Amino acid sequence: MRLRIAYATVYTYEQPPRSVLQRLKLTPRSHDGQHIAHWRVDVEPDARLLRAEDPLGNITHTLYCNRPGSSLILTVHGEAETFDCNGVVRGTVERFPTSVFLRQTALTQPDAALAQFADEVAAKAGADTLTRMHDLMDAIGKTVAFEAGVTKSETTAAQAFNAGHGVCQDLSHIFIASARRMGVPARYISGHLAREETRLEDAAHAWVEAHVDGLGWVGFDAANQICPGEAHLRVAVGLDYLDAAPVRGSRYGGGAEKLEVRLRADQGSSQRQD
Amino acid sequence: MVAFDEMHGAGEVRPAYAALQAWLERSPPALMETRRRQAELFFRRIGITFNVYGEADATERLIPFDIIPRILTRAEWTGLERGLAQRVSALNAFLADIYGPQECIRAGVIPDALVNAHPNYQLLMAGLKPPHGIHVHLAGIDLVRTGEDGFYVLEDNCRTPSGVSYMLEDREAMMRLFPELFVQHRVAPVETYADSLLATLRSVAPDTASRDPTIVLLTPGQFNSAYYEHSFLADKLGVELVEGSDLFVEDDIVFMRTTVGPQRVDVVYRRIDDDFLDPLAFRPDSVVGVPGIMGAYAAGNVTLVNAPGTGVADDKAVYTYMPEIIRFFTGDEPILKNVPTWRCREEDSLKYVLDNLADLVVKEVNGSGGYGMLVGPKASKAELDLFRAKLRAQPDNFIAQPTLALSTSPTFVGEGVAPRHIDLRPFVLCGADGIRITPGGLTRVAIKEGSLVVNSSQGGGTKDTWVLED
Repeated sequence: MRLRIAYATVYTYEQPPRSVLQRLKLTPRSHDGQHIAHWRVDVEPDARLLRAEDPLGNITHTLYCNRPGSSLILTVHGEAETFDCNGVVRGTVERFPTSVFLRQTALTQPDAALAQFADEVAAKAGADTLTRMHDLMDAIGKTVAFEAGVTKSETTAAQAFNAGHGVCQDLSHIFIASARRMGVPARYISGHLAREETRLEDAAHAWVEAHVDGLGWVGFDAANQICPGEAHLRVAVGLDYLDAAPVRGSRYGGGAEKLEVRLRADQGSSQRQD
Repeated sequence: MVAFDEMHGAGEVRPAYAALQAWLERSPPALMETRRRQAELFFRRIGITFNVYGEADATERLIPFDIIPRILTRAEWTGLERGLAQRVSALNAFLADIYGPQECIRAGVIPDALVNAHPNYQLLMAGLKPPHGIHVHLAGIDLVRTGEDGFYVLEDNCRTPSGVSYMLEDREAMMRLFPELFVQHRVAPVETYADSLLATLRSVAPDTASRDPTIVLLTPGQFNSAYYEHSFLADKLGVELVEGSDLFVEDDIVFMRTTVGPQRVDVVYRRIDDDFLDPLAFRPDSVVGVPGIMGAYAAGNVTLVNAPGTGVADDKAVYTYMPEIIRFFTGDEPILKNVPTWRCREEDSLKYVLDNLADLVVKEVNGSGGYGMLVGPKASKAELDLFRAKLRAQPDNFIAQPTLALSTSPTFVGEGVAPRHIDLRPFVLCGADGIRITPGGLTRVAIKEGSLVVNSSQGGGTKDTWVLED
């Protein structure tokens, strides 16, 4: 499937900041499931974008912008050809032993309730890892509702689980927390999803990859209860949301900041982040 | 359990202590009391304080200073020095390996999960070679003694070890109060520490730095428990003491704001934990760090002292593998012994620990400063039950050791002079031009009678430590 991604993130500042510094993970790489035809990240006003690669293989840009004025616009557009691999992810950069993805982080550390949930899933689930992970996704779908606008980016897996709802980030964290508790390496994927009904590309989506012996990394999109297919475009990988986050920023001065994500595709409807 | 007394040994006064013993006997109690008060006044006046976390009434307090020095002979020290250099070299080789090819894991020296799933194993450091290949530039190695030849390493501190200001101030206080003792004894100087540290920091500046690199000491600020030490060291080193907001990063280069404009920084001696170092790379809510500093580090434009991610090496579970790690990386037998340790992650060990809890010391794998530990023989039944439950719930999180008979040293207490348990933290500096170890280190003393916990955060005191030249 040919996917076209085009969106702009607009930061508006109460007072013009002295400088803005951001670490971006917005640029996908090709692997067996996706071929990146072209990809661009642009900033208005002028800024320096230093490109590097982190140890997990993510392409990063560090953005340095002095005196941007009252707003800063980050534009991403690109095109990719995607292929359905039944959720199996091959051809990615892998430098770490899978055990790295067994550790819990501050965002995934389960509390007693979430640990109990994972243990119950583990007790009932099938014998092989692949079935167990499908059972886990199924159980999350039955227990935690998808609901936008309630949780925040710093909400932990345990908090979202106890609240009983969350967005794709929270469902992914709950999946990761449970899988790791079950002894299965799991990691966070940030990317895009082209929705069927509109063919619009979401500015941000998130799902999970779990490591299955014999198969390798397999994707699970708990928010949609599917394995990622050709509608998914994989951008960055990390231990959790923070590790894979598209943008982490810091600035000197500038007062309050307003952030708005604008879709720049031809269809032009408003954009929801989930 | 009878502890080895460093002054009296098995009965007779040990030769190194003979002159001190004679002096103690000559000195009238009233004079000693006066000197003790003068020492307290000295420390109060210079403002050397320490925060004890978890006590509501005491935010800042003096660490009790004991006026009776602890003495090591040159021969004892030479042995320790060799062992310390070997150990810190092995720690550096270990860190270079686990953030590189991970050969020690492949060779079965240490289990994969213990390293790669460790919360302090920083993924950002993988494949990244720090300037001059050194991860640990400063280490504090905690030693205890149980007999004439019985020195053991209790733990390695490879993150931001503190206490060196006490080593220096204790010596200064002693020289002011008892100049006559320094005439009678040939005590190896510790005042060289600041020069050694500065030389070490200069030696590890990145290749991009000039021959006169700019060095800063980065502190989390005055509310940190070791703030006094940060300002003290910056002053001794003659470098700027900065907080996160005094530094900024542009185009992967670290700058310091000065009255004459931005100045490029080459070496950051940081006394901030990894988690708070860079809100763009680690905890996003950190307000004491420097946004982007990890990017500058990865680009090779600045040296961080110590490197991020060293916490995986001073973990108490990794500690249990140190003898194997030393053999693997140096090819030699470890000179300094480890305390025998049960890894509660192993089923047989856990069973033993649970069965013998009242005789053991149990520590959290990631704990430090004496927080979250159990001293079995001193614990109440309720405390033992609590730890049994903790051990069963999270065995991976704990190690256990026999309760060692820590050596004692005569200590000036309310009732006169009495033996109190002590340990020793020597400070090891590791630069591009070699290893430097200041003779002696910090002797910590458990002031409470019978107590085995010497940590200053648990109310321990300090003593001046003498290495006597022959």
